[in-house]
Amino acid sequence: MSTALLDIHGLRHTFPKADGGDLLVLDGIELEVTQGQIVGLLGRTGSGKSTLLRLIAGLAQPSDGSVTYLGQPVLGPAPGIAMVFQGFALFPWLTVLENVQLGLEALGLPEAEIRKRALAAIDLIGLDGYESAYPRELSGGMRQRVGFARALVVHPNILLMDEPFSALDVLTAETLRTDFLDLWGDGKLPIKGVILVTHNIEEAVLMCDRILLFSNNPGRIIREIGVDLPQPRNRLDPRFRDLVEKIYVAMTARTPAAQVERQITINTVLPRVSANLFSGLIETLAAEPYHGKADLPVLADELHMEADELFPVAEAMQMFHFAEVEGGDIKLTDTGKQFAELGTDDRKKLFQKQLLAYIPLATHVRRVLQERANHAAPKSRFLDELEDHMSTEDAEHTLRAVIAWGRYAEAFAYDDDAGLFSLENPT
Amino acid sequence: MRVFVPISVGGWARLFSRWDILAILLILGLLVFLGEASRHLFEPLAELQRTPPSLDPANLPEYAARTTLRMLVAMALSLIFTFTYATLAAKNKQAERLLVPLLDILQSVPILGFISVTVVFFMALAPGRVLGAEFAAIFAIFTSQAWNMAFSFYQSLRTVPTELVEASRNFRLTPWMAFWRVDVPFAMPQLIWNMMMSMSGSWFFVVASEAISVGNTTVTLPGVGSYIALAIEQQNLRAVGWAIGTMLVVILVYDQILFRPLVAWADRFRYEQEPGAAAPRSWVLDILRRSRIVERVTRPFAVLWRRLLLPRHPDNVEAITRAPRPRHGWITFQLGLMVFALTAFALWQTLRFFTESITLADLGTALLLGLATLLRVIVLIAFASIIWVPAGVWVGSRPHAAVVVQPIAQFLAAFPANVLFPIAVSAIVAWKLDPNVWLSPLMILGTQWYILFNVIAGAAAIPAELRAAGANFRVRGWLWWRRIALPAVLPYYVTGAITASGGSWNASIVAEVASWGDKHLEAKGLGAYIARQTDAGDFHRIVLGIAVMSLYVVVINRVFWRPLYRYAERKFRLD
Repeated sequence: MSTALLDIHGLRHTFPKADGGDLLVLDGIELEVTQGQIVGLLGRTGSGKSTLLRLIAGLAQPSDGSVTYLGQPVLGPAPGIAMVFQGFALFPWLTVLENVQLGLEALGLPEAEIRKRALAAIDLIGLDGYESAYPRELSGGMRQRVGFARALVVHPNILLMDEPFSALDVLTAETLRTDFLDLWGDGKLPIKGVILVTHNIEEAVLMCDRILLFSNNPGRIIREIGVDLPQPRNRLDPRFRDLVEKIYVAMTARTPAAQVERQITINTVLPRVSANLFSGLIETLAAEPYHGKADLPVLADELHMEADELFPVAEAMQMFHFAEVEGGDIKLTDTGKQFAELGTDDRKKLFQKQLLAYIPLATHVRRVLQERANHAAPKSRFLDELEDHMSTEDAEHTLRAVIAWGRYAEAFAYDDDAGLFSLENPT
Repeated sequence: MRVFVPISVGGWARLFSRWDILAILLILGLLVFLGEASRHLFEPLAELQRTPPSLDPANLPEYAARTTLRMLVAMALSLIFTFTYATLAAKNKQAERLLVPLLDILQSVPILGFISVTVVFFMALAPGRVLGAEFAAIFAIFTSQAWNMAFSFYQSLRTVPTELVEASRNFRLTPWMAFWRVDVPFAMPQLIWNMMMSMSGSWFFVVASEAISVGNTTVTLPGVGSYIALAIEQQNLRAVGWAIGTMLVVILVYDQILFRPLVAWADRFRYEQEPGAAAPRSWVLDILRRSRIVERVTRPFAVLWRRLLLPRHPDNVEAITRAPRPRHGWITFQLGLMVFALTAFALWQTLRFFTESITLADLGTALLLGLATLLRVIVLIAFASIIWVPAGVWVGSRPHAAVVVQPIAQFLAAFPANVLFPIAVSAIVAWKLDPNVWLSPLMILGTQWYILFNVIAGAAAIPAELRAAGANFRVRGWLWWRRIALPAVLPYYVTGAITASGGSWNASIVAEVASWGDKHLEAKGLGAYIARQTDAGDFHRIVLGIAVMSLYVVVINRVFWRPLYRYAERKFRLD
């Protein structure tokens, strides 16, 4: 029963950087997928899990290491590996039937068989009656069903799912998940294994047999968690909650130890978190029922935020020493509690103090501005510096984050038209 | 909102890359080659005598049919060019670096001035004389249609959404299949829009290319263009009227039975469906779609087409993987060597051609005359902007007016300047006006409309919420123009103005020299210079004039329009 469908060994992947260097996005990935498993790749945005999925699909080649499918190296898009996309990736000029048939046509099958198999897949996935509809006429949920039908119709051995439910509303996503799990459980799907990329912790626990946790920058597998709850799983089941909690702890555990201790430098990639979100979260934490301390899964639930949205805020609060994150909990520091009680102007002052004390890039920008005779410096001055250490995109994001914080703190001003930092605010 | 994309706005931040220089040299070399070839082939043409077309309006339906056929053949050639050239540019990184600047320079070449040369060239190439002249006319029309279509297709191919590309690769579509089922459909709406623009623009060339005289040889092809030329020669105002009427009918007919159906049909290929935007309709398409006979006739073709797209050999399903194609470093090297050799040859040819009989004084003259034409273009674009920007904003803010005005503007854009010669020349002669000033408006006659309909599109795209906010804060008068209307239409305006300015340079070749019967007027300028050298059959100076004019157009695009477009795009884009 345990034939390896897919074997990934020593995989490493880099993207070229603006300055000609390489940016490491995936490192030391080892993964084996056996028959009958749903494997979840869980991590934050930018942890390289979608990149890994594309390497498995043969859409790109790893810089190092190997991807082996049924004993053969994957050097290009392989038959038997089909993908379901986050944004559906349906061809708007083809009808539902034509979209589903496309993959079969590429296989060069006889027309009668193409039609028979396409109709069967449409039937299986619950799209009966929609055959001649165009994607634009369908709701998001129905569109993703087409995405599933299109992938299943080629009878792949491995189904790759790239956050397939994240573009759907909560109810629709849940229906699709349940339908998929039912078909999978009943053995009605012509597939042998599934790899699911997600940033939704509950989704991973609900669907997967194994969950691989990814770290950020570069993406590494930090932990593997097996899920042996029977299907169908109940979100309210204490064992389910325990697993969710366990994953939260695992995903936040290394943050204080590794990230903060490892000293934030000028070249640390900063999360773009608005000062409003800061204030809002600090106020929420300071008030009833949390009194300065909250369980992250509970907080995420309460605020209708996904872990992926909550983590950057928590991380930023930790950088500013407004809060500490450990073991799946977030706890306000004394400074954080003080911040909650201040008025608008005093908050800004405190924010400025923390910004200049703990965010080296902000301190650096301000020092450069003070040292220059005209108290001004072009954006490129800092962007070039950052790009030596991170991707162009990250550099832009990091600088934008500092600009937003600097503006809120009134630590420095920035004129986007001229691309110029200065110490003077318009009077 | 689909907008005509002028080619010169894309590309790199640097003003001129070495690829631009290469492109310029190659095109210059090609011009020189054609000029050189034609010069030697010039003599046998003298024998050619053909019966001139008659001004009897009864001939007009036949002439119209012939002219339209030429335009459609040119359109078919443009499509072939588009599908090959643009695809190569978009898919091959090495080729892209040369092909894109090449296209950018090509579209700056005022081919109107070069018709004479190509006529001679093609007539000598073709065994039958008439066929040669037809080739030349079709080639001229082709050059007025192909560039922007190719550029639009190239842009589309580069912006096919990543997920669609990944999906087509994941499902292992063959490149041939992916091209026809993914790339072409995605590019279709923008391409059809550009085809319509091209068709309008090419009328100007029809008139110029059907009746052409080089030296003392006149070649006339039966068609609306040569009819107009003859009417002007014989001072027959009534015939000019007939010709304009015919043009109007032809434009209406192909709009209704060709382009409307195409636009309505291509609506399904639009990737982003703006909610609320009414789908374009066409009665022709409705009839075709509902007709049983049409379905029965076309079905076999549809089936055949689908078969053609299928992979020739059924995919070997047993094969686990498909190895990526090895990189052909060696071939790249060879190609590079070829380009280098070709460029060197072009450079050498060009130098030889020019040093043969052209002096520095000639170059100085051409450059100075170019300044005169430049001044005209600047003043005219400024005038047209002052008039059409407010008008366009006004129309664009009123959807009902826009529906009426847009097609009229598109018709006017098709209007060749030559048909207004009678009025212009008579007026200038009657009132003893200075042709240097009063011939100028003819240059912008056909091109100013690009400003108008782009501004209309821009104004129509201002979100209702922004308008409402403006009204709510009682932003009115000049403040409204300064803060809301002008910034919102700026990117669109620049797009239109680039096209208008490029077109005006081209039109100067026709507009700086006007005649009505035996009355000939001439304004000082580079256009008139090219026209005069064409009459004299002086190929060296024709090429010089064209090269200098191309230089002006390219430089102005690079130093003025392109930065302005980038600025407008970055700062005022509303989405």
